[in-house]
Amino acid sequence: MSTSQTTAARDAVAGIRTRPLLRIRNVAKNFGKNKVLRNISLDVAEGEFLTILGESGSGKTTLLRIIAGFESASAGEVWMGDERLDRQPPYRRRVNTVFQHYALFPHLTVEQNVAYGLRVAKRPEAEISSRVAEALGKVKMSAHAKSKPSKISGGQQQRVALARALVNRPRLLLLDEPLSALDANLRRQMQVELKSLQREVGISFIFVTHDQEEAMVMSDRIALLRSGELEQVATPREIYSRPSTAYAAQFIGHTNLLKGEVREGISRCGPLAWQTSLPDGPVLLSLRPENVRLAAENTVLSNSVRVRGKVLHQAFHGATELIRVDCGAGLVLVVRTSGSNGALDTVDLEFSAADAVPVRESPERI
Amino acid sequence: MFSRTYKATVTLPPLLWVTAFLLAPYLLMFCYSFWSVSASQSIVHSWNLDNYAQLLRVEVYWQTLLRSMWIAARVTVFSLLLGYPLAYFLSFYAGKKKDLLYQLVIIPLWVSYLVRAYAWKTILGSDGVLNTLLQYVHLTKHPLEFLLYSPFAVVLTLTHIYTPFAFLPIYAALEHIPRNLVEASHDLGATPGQTFWKVIFPLSIPGVLAGATFAFVLSLGDFLAPLLLGGPSGIMISNIVVSLFGAAYNWPLGAAISLCMLVLVVSLLFFSERLEKKWSFS
Amino acid sequence: MEFLVSDAKLVSGSRWLLLHAVAVFVFLYLPIAVLILYSFNAEGVGGFPPHHLTLDWYRTLFADGPIWDSVLNSLQVALAAMAISLTFGVPAALALERAQFPGKALFRRLVLLPLILPGIITGLSLLMLFNVTGTKLSLMTIVLGHGTALISVATTEVFAGLQKLDRAQEEASLDLGANYWQTFWRITVPNLKLPIIGAALLIFTLSMDEIAVSFFLIGRDNTLPLEIWGRLRRGITPEINAVSTIIFLFSLIAIVLWYRLRVRGEATSEAGMELVEAVEGNAS
Repeated sequence: MSTSQTTAARDAVAGIRTRPLLRIRNVAKNFGKNKVLRNISLDVAEGEFLTILGESGSGKTTLLRIIAGFESASAGEVWMGDERLDRQPPYRRRVNTVFQHYALFPHLTVEQNVAYGLRVAKRPEAEISSRVAEALGKVKMSAHAKSKPSKISGGQQQRVALARALVNRPRLLLLDEPLSALDANLRRQMQVELKSLQREVGISFIFVTHDQEEAMVMSDRIALLRSGELEQVATPREIYSRPSTAYAAQFIGHTNLLKGEVREGISRCGPLAWQTSLPDGPVLLSLRPENVRLAAENTVLSNSVRVRGKVLHQAFHGATELIRVDCGAGLVLVVRTSGSNGALDTVDLEFSAADAVPVRESPERI
Repeated sequence: MFSRTYKATVTLPPLLWVTAFLLAPYLLMFCYSFWSVSASQSIVHSWNLDNYAQLLRVEVYWQTLLRSMWIAARVTVFSLLLGYPLAYFLSFYAGKKKDLLYQLVIIPLWVSYLVRAYAWKTILGSDGVLNTLLQYVHLTKHPLEFLLYSPFAVVLTLTHIYTPFAFLPIYAALEHIPRNLVEASHDLGATPGQTFWKVIFPLSIPGVLAGATFAFVLSLGDFLAPLLLGGPSGIMISNIVVSLFGAAYNWPLGAAISLCMLVLVVSLLFFSERLEKKWSFS
Repeated sequence: MEFLVSDAKLVSGSRWLLLHAVAVFVFLYLPIAVLILYSFNAEGVGGFPPHHLTLDWYRTLFADGPIWDSVLNSLQVALAAMAISLTFGVPAALALERAQFPGKALFRRLVLLPLILPGIITGLSLLMLFNVTGTKLSLMTIVLGHGTALISVATTEVFAGLQKLDRAQEEASLDLGANYWQTFWRITVPNLKLPIIGAALLIFTLSMDEIAVSFFLIGRDNTLPLEIWGRLRRGITPEINAVSTIIFLFSLIAIVLWYRLRVRGEATSEAGMELVEAVEGNAS
């Protein structure tokens, strides 16, 4: 991220402490016996791009629908500013949604779709025309203003859905996996466009996705949801380098999950041992593959852990390579290096002990 | 994938049957309409346009046709007024009971026409259930005559019969509307009322057109209800045709009227279909 | 999916809708309820309130010879009509779904036309056919009339079933060495079991109740509806209520059965959708 974006993210995080836009307090949702959401508390800052990240069944869409007003929470409250948001029907909330399958009105043109919210609010015609034109311009769909939704492509429909939501100048925009139906290249392009659009417009976005890469690229903060509870809420960098649980470590990016034991200041894991200040007891460590290096013969880093192993598999990814190494005593490490190695057989690996981050085990959720 | 023999085997028998028993009869009707009947009650195969001329000239045919169309129009309107809110309620508000309620609506549809028309006859007569009930609770002193043997009775009975007919396609159309469109409309600030008029109703129009077509066409050609309940003032065009094939023995004239009805019905279907296509957006 | 405005609380608009729905159901069922009630009334079909409740009319009904003759006639006609409609309706559906031939559009319209055409036109046109060919009117002519008119029911049901059929199954059968005839009986028909049974049930019920077309094609023997019709001209007794009640009960059972068959694994709206498609398809 560039410096200005880092600053913006930091401001967003700081903004929460001053005056959050949206406050979700102890929200729970049950469908019959099924506890889809349990005790969710979360703040969203003004102008922040927050992603709710989770697998299918994690409850992320349900949470979004509660904020939008299409479901009501079984317990808890949602506040926007000084008002209870969850007491209001969806058509009174200053919140707009971009639906997963766009939900464009098939009997209205692109223009009429975008104008819908303004028409319903009975804004004057002149204002409607200019705002609609502006919104269409922002999403680059001005040329298609008079087309019907069935005549434009999926990517174009998505932009129209975006314009239709934004034209109403909501305080909060909700996006329910809007990019999931697009192919990979278009998706990457839209990620960039969405992010810059959000910066430009300056309103808070809550973005729901199951794609962790997408979450990392776009968000100021990520809220990782698992089985209806928040696993971790942090900036992408923080969640990546300091995951709080094993699930977080594994869900976002690749990791090596090392099971070990600490006794009298020595951390032991398979054939490895190193000094540590962690307390005694069993320990779970997350070690990112890029933090494990192929050791040069005669370099020794301070506080580095070395091990020799046999290469099981090399997966070439173009710019990088993932190498699986059997280090003996049941330990297999995955190493990410640049892609310029030839075929390897036996390798020396090293990593810095500080890069083995302790993580909790995530509790079972019934 | 399917061989020519296969296709021929499945196509020819129904094709032949339909030609023999649907196409040929209509063509025959067409021919009959140009023939005439002699004094000795036999059909003369001389080709002329007399029957059609008669239709245009004689008032009673025109009047009856217009009255029939007026009755059919009222039945259509009432069926839609009864059927649409019912369909809307079932589709959007009935939740888990939707299935059960749907069955309840279609059951009367398949119960014998005769049974239902007869039921109304026993209710509406001057000694019927309704009149004696009204007198019993002292709302009226004398039986209301207009209830039976009047266009009112015909419209009432036909509405009773054709409301489920109108309901079916409307319900189907409403069920087809993706629910996320309703949510999107709410999301953009429209109340349920506004959402209905701006989103739900326009998308249900093909269903409304289909239901209206059913109700209108079937009411127009009905002859049983007028015979049972219509009295002299409730005669419809089909009754004239029936008598022309019965006591007033004039098959060619009857054929001419029937053919006109056939043409009218087919034209209505054609226009209805055109309109439905125009209003269908998926 | 529940229509959510506020959880489980009815908005005022929807209270009116509920009222309207109840009113329509009352309108639809009240006459039938009255009919059934008065079948037990000793004093006749009218008058209020009903005084002596009795089973006499049912006893009269069971002793009524001509009625049972007509029931027998109707049963024969219905079964024969069912045979004809299915024999020609199933191939018709296959032809429409799988074959291209000149006049296909016209064929489709013709097949589906009797669904929406007033019965009088179907009946009269067939009458003219029988007249020209010198065929005497009898139960046979009624069978031909019903069979022809109800082909449309068989075709629509089977057509819908065909569209849900996985083509790959038939292709697999051919691939494994079965010829078209074998594939038809071993794969296609079993997959169409539900639509065919549903269509048969519906055709049977409609034929038993049919009066408009039968009116013009009747010979010496009456079907049940025509027998009732004849009596209505002569004078009304609650015996007619009694037979109507029984007809109602049978229709009820038949239709609920039909519905259960249709809905197995299918959305409710499909049943109505076919009717829509029949009209739209008919006109397209």
